[in-house]
Amino acid sequence: MDEGLRSELSKQGIFTTKLEELYNWGRKNSVWPLQFGLACCAIEMIATSMARYDLARFGAEVFRPSPRQADLMIVAGTVTKKMAPQVIRLYNQMPEPKYVIAMGACAISGGPFKQGYNVLKGIDRYIPVDVHIPGCPPRPEALIHAFMTLQRKIDEQKLTGPNRPRHLVADAPSEFPIPEFGEHDLVPPSNPKIWQPPERARA
Amino acid sequence: METSPYLFLTVFLVIAILFPLGPLALAWIWAKKFSPAKPGAQKNATYECGLESKGDALIQFKAQYYLYGIIFLIFDVETIFLLPFAVAFTGLSVGAFLAMMVFLLLLVEGLAWAWMKGVLTWK
Repeated sequence: MDEGLRSELSKQGIFTTKLEELYNWGRKNSVWPLQFGLACCAIEMIATSMARYDLARFGAEVFRPSPRQADLMIVAGTVTKKMAPQVIRLYNQMPEPKYVIAMGACAISGGPFKQGYNVLKGIDRYIPVDVHIPGCPPRPEALIHAFMTLQRKIDEQKLTGPNRPRHLVADAPSEFPIPEFGEHDLVPPSNPKIWQPPERARA
Repeated sequence: METSPYLFLTVFLVIAILFPLGPLALAWIWAKKFSPAKPGAQKNATYECGLESKGDALIQFKAQYYLYGIIFLIFDVETIFLLPFAVAFTGLSVGAFLAMMVFLLLLVEGLAWAWMKGVLTWK
Protein backbone atom coordinates (compact mmCIF):
# COMPACT_ATOMS: atom_id res chain seq x y z
CA MET A 1 0.00 0.00 0.00
CA ASP A 2 1.14 3.47 -0.84
CA GLU A 3 2.40 5.47 2.14
CA GLY A 4 0.39 8.57 1.19
CA LEU A 5 -2.86 6.64 1.00
CA ARG A 6 -2.00 5.04 4.27
CA SER A 7 -1.50 8.30 6.14
CA GLU A 8 -4.64 9.66 4.46
CA LEU A 9 -6.60 6.68 5.76
CA SER A 10 -5.15 7.02 9.24
CA LYS A 11 -6.32 10.64 9.32
CA GLN A 12 -9.81 9.35 8.64
CA GLY A 13 -9.49 6.93 11.52
CA ILE A 14 -8.79 3.82 9.46
CA PHE A 15 -5.81 1.87 10.64
CA THR A 16 -4.03 -0.27 8.06
CA THR A 17 -1.13 -2.61 8.63
CA LYS A 18 0.87 -5.26 6.89
CA LEU A 19 1.28 -8.83 8.04
CA GLU A 20 4.99 -8.19 8.30
CA GLU A 21 4.49 -5.19 10.56
CA LEU A 22 2.02 -7.06 12.69
CA TYR A 23 4.44 -9.95 13.00
CA ASN A 24 7.34 -7.66 13.89
CA TRP A 25 5.18 -5.71 16.32
CA GLY A 26 4.43 -8.94 18.15
CA ARG A 27 8.04 -10.03 18.01
CA LYS A 28 9.53 -6.83 19.32
CA ASN A 29 7.16 -6.67 22.27
CA SER A 30 7.78 -10.17 23.53
CA VAL A 31 11.54 -10.45 23.64
CA TRP A 32 12.52 -12.77 26.46
CA PRO A 33 16.07 -12.33 27.71
CA LEU A 34 18.21 -15.17 28.92
CA GLN A 35 18.67 -15.02 32.67
CA PHE A 36 22.39 -14.94 32.70
CA GLY A 37 24.89 -12.49 34.15
CA LEU A 38 28.65 -12.57 34.15
CA ALA A 39 29.84 -9.69 36.32
CA CYS A 40 28.88 -6.34 37.78
CA CYS A 41 26.79 -5.37 34.71
CA ALA A 42 24.43 -8.13 35.75
CA ILE A 43 23.55 -6.11 38.85
CA GLU A 44 22.45 -3.24 36.61
CA MET A 45 20.55 -5.74 34.48
CA ILE A 46 18.76 -6.99 37.60
CA ALA A 47 17.99 -3.40 38.58
CA THR A 48 16.56 -2.80 35.11
CA SER A 49 14.17 -5.67 35.48
CA MET A 50 13.02 -4.54 38.93
CA ALA A 51 10.24 -2.13 39.83
CA ARG A 52 12.17 1.13 39.65
CA TYR A 53 13.22 0.81 35.99
CA ASP A 54 10.70 -1.87 35.06
CA LEU A 55 11.79 -3.62 31.90
CA ALA A 56 8.32 -5.18 31.90
CA ARG A 57 7.07 -2.04 30.16
CA PHE A 58 8.82 -3.35 27.05
CA GLY A 59 7.50 -6.87 27.29
CA ALA A 60 10.84 -8.23 28.38
CA GLU A 61 10.37 -8.98 32.05
CA VAL A 62 10.36 -12.73 31.55
CA PHE A 63 13.97 -13.65 32.13
CA ARG A 64 14.19 -17.26 31.08
CA PRO A 65 16.64 -19.51 32.91
CA SER A 66 16.75 -21.87 29.92
CA PRO A 67 18.27 -20.94 26.56
CA ARG A 68 15.51 -22.94 24.88
CA GLN A 69 12.97 -20.29 25.81
CA ALA A 70 15.01 -17.14 25.36
CA ASP A 71 15.23 -14.74 22.41
CA LEU A 72 17.77 -12.28 23.68
CA MET A 73 21.15 -12.79 25.23
CA ILE A 74 22.35 -9.85 27.30
CA VAL A 75 26.07 -10.44 27.70
CA ALA A 76 26.35 -8.57 30.98
CA GLY A 77 29.93 -8.48 32.12
CA THR A 78 33.47 -9.61 31.57
CA VAL A 79 33.75 -12.70 29.42
CA THR A 80 36.79 -14.63 30.50
CA LYS A 81 38.40 -17.02 28.11
CA LYS A 82 37.31 -19.86 30.32
CA MET A 83 33.70 -18.71 30.15
CA ALA A 84 33.60 -17.86 26.45
CA PRO A 85 32.91 -21.42 25.15
CA GLN A 86 29.98 -21.71 27.57
CA VAL A 87 28.55 -18.36 26.46
CA ILE A 88 28.77 -19.38 22.82
CA ARG A 89 27.24 -22.76 23.54
CA LEU A 90 24.35 -21.06 25.33
CA TYR A 91 23.91 -18.77 22.35
CA ASN A 92 23.89 -21.78 20.03
CA GLN A 93 21.23 -23.43 22.12
CA MET A 94 18.84 -20.50 21.85
CA PRO A 95 16.13 -20.90 19.21
CA GLU A 96 15.91 -18.57 16.23
CA PRO A 97 15.33 -15.67 15.94
CA LYS A 98 17.82 -14.57 18.56
CA TYR A 99 19.52 -11.32 19.39
CA VAL A 100 22.51 -10.27 21.45
CA ILE A 101 23.11 -7.13 23.46
CA ALA A 102 26.74 -6.64 24.50
CA MET A 103 26.33 -4.76 27.75
CA GLY A 104 29.21 -2.73 29.09
CA ALA A 105 32.80 -2.12 28.17
CA CYS A 106 33.90 -5.65 29.05
CA ALA A 107 31.46 -7.43 26.77
CA ILE A 108 32.32 -5.01 23.96
CA SER A 109 36.09 -5.01 24.19
CA GLY A 110 37.37 -6.44 27.45
CA GLY A 111 37.00 -3.04 29.09
CA PRO A 112 39.30 -2.26 32.02
CA PHE A 113 40.47 -5.87 31.99
CA LYS A 114 41.43 -5.81 28.33
CA GLN A 115 45.13 -6.33 29.12
CA GLY A 116 44.35 -9.38 31.22
CA TYR A 117 45.67 -12.63 29.80
CA ASN A 118 42.42 -14.41 30.53
CA VAL A 119 39.90 -11.87 29.26
CA LEU A 120 38.12 -12.16 25.94
CA LYS A 121 38.43 -8.86 24.11
CA GLY A 122 34.83 -8.61 23.07
CA ILE A 123 32.13 -11.23 22.65
CA ASP A 124 31.55 -10.08 19.06
CA ARG A 125 34.63 -12.07 18.10
CA TYR A 126 32.52 -15.22 18.31
CA ILE A 127 28.82 -14.35 18.11
CA PRO A 128 27.00 -11.63 16.14
CA VAL A 129 26.10 -8.71 18.42
CA ASP A 130 23.09 -6.55 17.57
CA VAL A 131 23.45 -3.71 20.06
CA HIS A 132 26.52 -2.54 21.96
CA ILE A 133 26.10 -0.39 25.08
CA PRO A 134 29.15 1.40 26.41
CA GLY A 135 29.51 2.05 30.12
CA CYS A 136 31.23 0.56 33.11
CA PRO A 137 28.67 -0.53 34.05
CA PRO A 138 25.95 1.06 31.91
CA ARG A 139 23.08 2.48 33.93
CA PRO A 140 19.68 0.81 33.67
CA GLU A 141 18.54 3.65 31.42
CA ALA A 142 21.32 2.72 29.02
CA LEU A 143 20.17 -0.89 28.97
CA ILE A 144 16.62 0.27 28.35
CA HIS A 145 17.92 2.43 25.52
CA ALA A 146 19.73 -0.54 24.06
CA PHE A 147 16.57 -2.52 24.39
CA MET A 148 14.56 0.11 22.55
CA THR A 149 17.24 0.20 19.86
CA LEU A 150 16.89 -3.55 19.49
CA GLN A 151 13.12 -3.21 19.30
CA ARG A 152 13.50 -0.66 16.53
CA LYS A 153 15.85 -3.01 14.74
CA ILE A 154 13.38 -5.88 14.99
CA ASP A 155 10.59 -3.59 13.85
CA GLU A 156 12.47 -2.55 10.72
CA GLN A 157 13.45 -6.04 9.67
CA LYS A 158 12.00 -7.08 6.32
CA LEU A 159 10.90 -10.67 6.28
CA THR A 160 11.56 -11.12 2.58
CA GLY A 161 14.28 -9.97 0.23
CA PRO A 162 18.04 -10.03 0.51
CA ASN A 163 18.11 -8.11 3.81
CA ARG A 164 15.85 -10.50 5.67
CA PRO A 165 17.00 -11.53 9.14
CA ARG A 166 19.44 -14.36 9.58
CA HIS A 167 16.94 -16.88 10.85
CA LEU A 168 14.98 -16.74 7.59
CA VAL A 169 18.03 -17.39 5.44
CA ALA A 170 18.21 -21.11 4.84
CA ASP A 171 21.99 -21.10 4.28
CA ALA A 172 22.85 -19.13 7.42
CA PRO A 173 24.51 -21.36 10.00
CA SER A 174 22.42 -22.44 12.95
CA GLU A 175 25.40 -22.68 15.27
CA PHE A 176 28.62 -20.80 15.66
CA PRO A 177 31.82 -22.75 16.23
CA ILE A 178 32.90 -22.99 19.84
CA PRO A 179 36.57 -22.22 20.49
CA GLU A 180 38.77 -24.70 22.27
CA PHE A 181 41.28 -24.02 25.03
CA GLY A 182 44.66 -23.73 23.37
CA GLU A 183 48.09 -23.45 24.88
CA HIS A 184 48.01 -19.67 25.27
CA ASP A 185 44.67 -18.52 23.91
CA LEU A 186 41.36 -19.75 22.64
CA VAL A 187 41.66 -21.59 19.36
CA PRO A 188 40.68 -19.94 17.06
CA PRO A 189 41.09 -16.51 18.70
CA SER A 190 38.08 -15.20 16.77
CA ASN A 191 35.51 -16.30 14.23
CA PRO A 192 36.78 -14.75 10.98
CA LYS A 193 33.34 -15.05 9.36
CA ILE A 194 31.77 -12.53 11.71
CA TRP A 195 34.70 -10.54 13.05
CA GLN A 196 37.82 -9.16 11.40
CA PRO A 197 40.49 -7.28 13.32
CA PRO A 198 40.28 -3.57 12.50
CA GLU A 199 42.96 -2.17 10.22
CA ARG A 200 45.50 -0.29 12.23
CA ALA A 201 46.07 3.18 10.78
CA ARG A 202 49.80 3.85 10.62
CA ALA A 203 51.14 7.31 10.07
CA MET B 1 -38.84 -30.87 24.77
CA GLU B 2 -37.20 -31.50 28.07
CA THR B 3 -33.42 -31.40 28.00
CA SER B 4 -31.37 -33.75 30.04
CA PRO B 5 -29.73 -32.14 33.11
CA TYR B 6 -26.51 -33.79 32.05
CA LEU B 7 -26.45 -31.87 28.75
CA PHE B 8 -24.64 -28.97 30.41
CA LEU B 9 -22.04 -31.31 31.75
CA THR B 10 -21.42 -32.63 28.26
CA VAL B 11 -21.08 -29.11 26.89
CA PHE B 12 -18.68 -28.22 29.69
CA LEU B 13 -16.70 -31.39 29.07
CA VAL B 14 -16.31 -30.59 25.38
CA ILE B 15 -15.24 -27.02 26.16
CA ALA B 16 -12.88 -28.25 28.87
CA ILE B 17 -11.20 -30.55 26.37
CA LEU B 18 -11.05 -28.02 23.54
CA PHE B 19 -9.80 -25.15 25.69
CA PRO B 20 -6.38 -26.65 26.49
CA LEU B 21 -6.07 -28.66 23.29
CA GLY B 22 -6.78 -25.67 21.02
CA PRO B 23 -3.75 -23.57 22.02
CA LEU B 24 -1.56 -26.66 22.06
CA ALA B 25 -2.64 -27.58 18.53
CA LEU B 26 -2.14 -23.98 17.41
CA ALA B 27 1.36 -23.93 18.89
CA TRP B 28 2.13 -27.27 17.23
CA ILE B 29 0.91 -26.07 13.83
CA TRP B 30 2.82 -22.81 14.26
CA ALA B 31 5.99 -24.69 15.11
CA LYS B 32 5.56 -26.98 12.11
CA LYS B 33 4.59 -24.38 9.54
CA PHE B 34 6.10 -21.05 10.47
CA SER B 35 8.85 -21.28 13.06
CA PRO B 36 12.32 -20.85 11.58
CA ALA B 37 13.80 -24.15 12.66
CA LYS B 38 17.54 -24.25 12.61
CA PRO B 39 18.46 -27.45 14.38
CA GLY B 40 22.00 -28.36 15.24
CA ALA B 41 23.96 -30.74 17.41
CA GLN B 42 24.34 -28.29 20.28
CA LYS B 43 20.81 -26.96 20.02
CA ASN B 44 19.42 -30.47 20.22
CA ALA B 45 21.66 -31.46 23.12
CA THR B 46 19.85 -32.73 26.19
CA TYR B 47 21.79 -30.72 28.71
CA GLU B 48 21.37 -27.04 28.19
CA CYS B 49 23.32 -24.98 30.68
CA GLY B 50 26.40 -24.14 28.67
CA LEU B 51 28.59 -26.93 29.91
CA GLU B 52 29.10 -30.13 28.00
CA SER B 53 27.86 -33.24 29.71
CA LYS B 54 30.57 -35.76 30.42
CA GLY B 55 30.34 -39.51 30.83
CA ASP B 56 27.23 -41.56 31.40
CA ALA B 57 24.34 -40.62 33.63
CA LEU B 58 23.53 -44.29 34.30
CA ILE B 59 26.14 -44.99 36.97
CA GLN B 60 25.93 -46.87 40.26
CA PHE B 61 26.70 -44.92 43.36
CA LYS B 62 27.10 -46.16 46.91
CA ALA B 63 24.15 -45.57 49.18
CA GLN B 64 25.74 -44.59 52.50
CA TYR B 65 22.55 -43.96 54.36
CA TYR B 66 21.71 -47.55 55.28
CA LEU B 67 24.65 -47.63 57.71
CA TYR B 68 23.23 -44.63 59.51
CA GLY B 69 19.87 -46.37 59.55
CA ILE B 70 21.25 -49.48 61.23
CA ILE B 71 23.34 -47.60 63.79
CA PHE B 72 20.41 -45.34 64.57
CA LEU B 73 18.21 -48.38 65.25
CA ILE B 74 20.81 -49.92 67.53
CA PHE B 75 21.67 -46.92 69.64
CA ASP B 76 18.50 -44.88 69.60
CA VAL B 77 15.41 -47.02 69.05
CA GLU B 78 16.81 -49.71 71.29
CA THR B 79 17.10 -47.23 74.17
CA ILE B 80 13.45 -46.28 73.80
CA PHE B 81 12.43 -49.93 74.19
CA LEU B 82 14.96 -50.74 76.90
CA LEU B 83 13.63 -48.19 79.39
CA PRO B 84 10.04 -49.57 79.61
CA PHE B 85 11.55 -53.06 79.56
CA ALA B 86 13.65 -52.27 82.63
CA VAL B 87 10.75 -50.57 84.45
CA ALA B 88 8.35 -53.49 83.87
CA PHE B 89 11.03 -56.17 84.23
CA THR B 90 9.80 -57.77 87.49
CA GLY B 91 6.24 -58.17 86.29
CA LEU B 92 7.00 -59.66 82.86
CA SER B 93 5.92 -63.11 81.74
CA VAL B 94 8.43 -65.56 80.29
CA GLY B 95 7.02 -65.09 76.78
CA ALA B 96 7.43 -61.31 76.90
CA PHE B 97 10.96 -61.72 78.28
CA LEU B 98 11.89 -64.07 75.45
CA ALA B 99 10.39 -61.75 72.83
CA MET B 100 12.43 -58.86 74.23
CA MET B 101 15.57 -61.01 74.19
CA VAL B 102 14.99 -61.89 70.52
CA PHE B 103 14.59 -58.20 69.74
CA LEU B 104 17.83 -57.38 71.56
CA LEU B 105 19.61 -60.26 69.84
CA LEU B 106 18.62 -58.93 66.42
CA LEU B 107 20.00 -55.50 67.28
CA VAL B 108 23.19 -56.90 68.78
CA GLU B 109 23.69 -58.90 65.60
CA GLY B 110 23.43 -55.64 63.69
CA LEU B 111 25.97 -54.03 66.02
CA ALA B 112 28.36 -56.98 65.59
CA TRP B 113 27.96 -56.78 61.82
CA ALA B 114 28.64 -53.03 61.77
CA TRP B 115 31.64 -53.53 64.06
CA MET B 116 33.04 -56.18 61.72
CA LYS B 117 32.53 -53.89 58.75
CA GLY B 118 34.62 -51.25 60.53
CA VAL B 119 31.84 -48.69 60.66
CA LEU B 120 32.57 -47.83 64.27
CA THR B 121 36.21 -46.88 63.71
CA TRP B 122 36.74 -43.17 63.39
CA LYS B 123 38.68 -42.36 60.25
